Amino acid sequence: MTIYSDTILEVKDLQTHFFLREGVVKAVDGVSFRVGKGEILGIVGESGSGKSVTGFSIMGLVNKPGKVVGGHIKFRGDDLAYMSEEQLRMLRGNRMSIIFQDANVSLNPVLRIDTQMIETVLAHKDVSKDEARKISINGLKMVGIPAPDERINSYPHEFSGGMRQRLSIAMALLNEPDLIIADEPTTALDVTIQAQILYETQKLCRDRGTSLIWITHDLTVIAGLVDQVCVMYAGQIVESGPVDDVLDDPQHPYTIGLIGSIPSANTRSKKLYQIPGMAPSLLSLPEGCTFRERCQFASETCKSVPPKIILSDRRAVRCFYPKGENAAENSATISPHEEDVQ
Amino acid sequence: MTLFLIRRLQQSIVVLLVMSFVVFAGVFAIGNPIDSLISPEATEQEREKAISQLGLDQPLYAQYFVFLKNVSRGELGTSFVHNRPAIKLILERLPATLELTVAALVFAIIVGIPLGLLAGLNTESLIGRGILSSSILFFSLPTFWVGLMMILLFSINLGWLPTTGRGETVEIWGIHASFLTLDGLRHLAMPAVNLGLYPLALIIRLTASGTQETIPLEYMKLAKAKGLRRRRIIFIHLLKNIMIPIVTVIGLQFSVILAFAVVTESIFAWPGMGRLIIDSINLLDRPVIVAYLLVTVVVFLIVNILVDILYSILDPRVRLGGM
Repeated sequence: MTIYSDTILEVKDLQTHFFLREGVVKAVDGVSFRVGKGEILGIVGESGSGKSVTGFSIMGLVNKPGKVVGGHIKFRGDDLAYMSEEQLRMLRGNRMSIIFQDANVSLNPVLRIDTQMIETVLAHKDVSKDEARKISINGLKMVGIPAPDERINSYPHEFSGGMRQRLSIAMALLNEPDLIIADEPTTALDVTIQAQILYETQKLCRDRGTSLIWITHDLTVIAGLVDQVCVMYAGQIVESGPVDDVLDDPQHPYTIGLIGSIPSANTRSKKLYQIPGMAPSLLSLPEGCTFRERCQFASETCKSVPPKIILSDRRAVRCFYPKGENAAENSATISPHEEDVQ
Repeated sequence: MTLFLIRRLQQSIVVLLVMSFVVFAGVFAIGNPIDSLISPEATEQEREKAISQLGLDQPLYAQYFVFLKNVSRGELGTSFVHNRPAIKLILERLPATLELTVAALVFAIIVGIPLGLLAGLNTESLIGRGILSSSILFFSLPTFWVGLMMILLFSINLGWLPTTGRGETVEIWGIHASFLTLDGLRHLAMPAVNLGLYPLALIIRLTASGTQETIPLEYMKLAKAKGLRRRRIIFIHLLKNIMIPIVTVIGLQFSVILAFAVVTESIFAWPGMGRLIIDSINLLDRPVIVAYLLVTVVVFLIVNILVDILYSILDPRVRLGGM
């Protein structure tokens, strides 16, 4: 495991809420993490866990009725909350960029690819249109689009699904950003194409020292790709740490459940594990630990807010009973960790 | 593209044929024009003679076939009233109506799209709500009343604009046009605005709702994520996508306004087709009515084909096949 000393992005106690008629949805509720230069961070969680909203919040793309209501996002040392809209615009697509989940809907259907790429270059660089076209063609070449100088004149619908996702990756890489946020960019693709794109994105980031946040619901994708991983549940990070540690030795009952529910050679012909119940509605979260209603180790104690237990420098878990240990005998007593609650 | 055009032309001929029959039968049903054509003092013999001269004693189908035969030679009959070929009468007046229609639509587009964008981008604000509610007003106020009120205000009370006529015209390619002279423009302004209010309201509402629907879409988010300037996001990414329904409505409205500029033309004494058709209906001048309706159908057909071609330019996913 490499040590990443330069911090590119630091998110501290981020809170993004959606103000709906039915009430306030705390889509992101106190999320903190940091990403070093060249580091790849994975954010894993079910749909509705707030992982995409976390990415949107960093990019400043949260639309009404949503709003970032608290916390700090420090990018290259500067707090984004204190920047003007124009300063943020100059960062977006330039120093930080995002790859959306579904390129079928994220590319503008009525504009040609060259228009959509050249404008991205021209928005940030003082170069001629011809120069911008050259940069764009180069970008297409890099993500493996054949005959890029011809294909750049096509419309999005003239590409296959996998090619379209490559287009949006090429667009995200155009201005050689310091940070890329990838919001489940391979979910809509075939497994073979998914593997290619994973491999190529990883390679491009490694070659350039670009930091990457890979948001996904798929633990198997995370395993071979990322350095650090954050597991999100109901708007909070319940467990974080170096990817091998988290996968080999999960601490939070939710992470244990997630890993247990991946089919593998060892589980063949056995009944596959399922986490009981469904992800709770963010409008009516249980008090205390939000996972307790689905947790096999839950007790009365879990009705109060669970502590964040720091296991090592970069490893933490938010639970009263990591790995379910001491659950039974402690069930009636008050948590010994209560003073650690943050 | 060529295949598309050929198919559309074939379809158009069928539509024209069907329309011609409907129109002809409809006009036949309205009544006998003979009473308004001969003097009340005419004898029964003179009356009979006039009827057979005009071919009005023949049954419907016979009259229709005579009509079709004439149409194939490019003749749409002679006006009973003016005693001149009906088609000539119509085509003489078509440019004036065309000018009025185009001016009305240009007004509606130039004012409507910016207002619609403003309303769609600021739905919560007073401006947005104000624009949307006043567009309902434009929808519901009757054209003739608005026309009269405009004359009252701008011509009689303020004395700014002339009430009637086309004013000074300039001839280009043998067609008289008002919009090239200042006097002509002053005459054109009020009827054009009057006629343009309805399409203006439509365009405002369409642009506003299109904007509201498009803003939350993913590609708009990506445009922002790419760090594009707001101006570019709105005028390129947003506008090009919402132009498709707007072009449809403009196309439809063009034909509708052209055909039914009647009211505005009557109020402002604009010498277009509308006034001719009102006069002809009053006098049951069949050939003119039929010719007018057929010319209108032809304009509808042409505009529809143009709209379809525009579609394929605006939306690259639309392919002009031989549908």
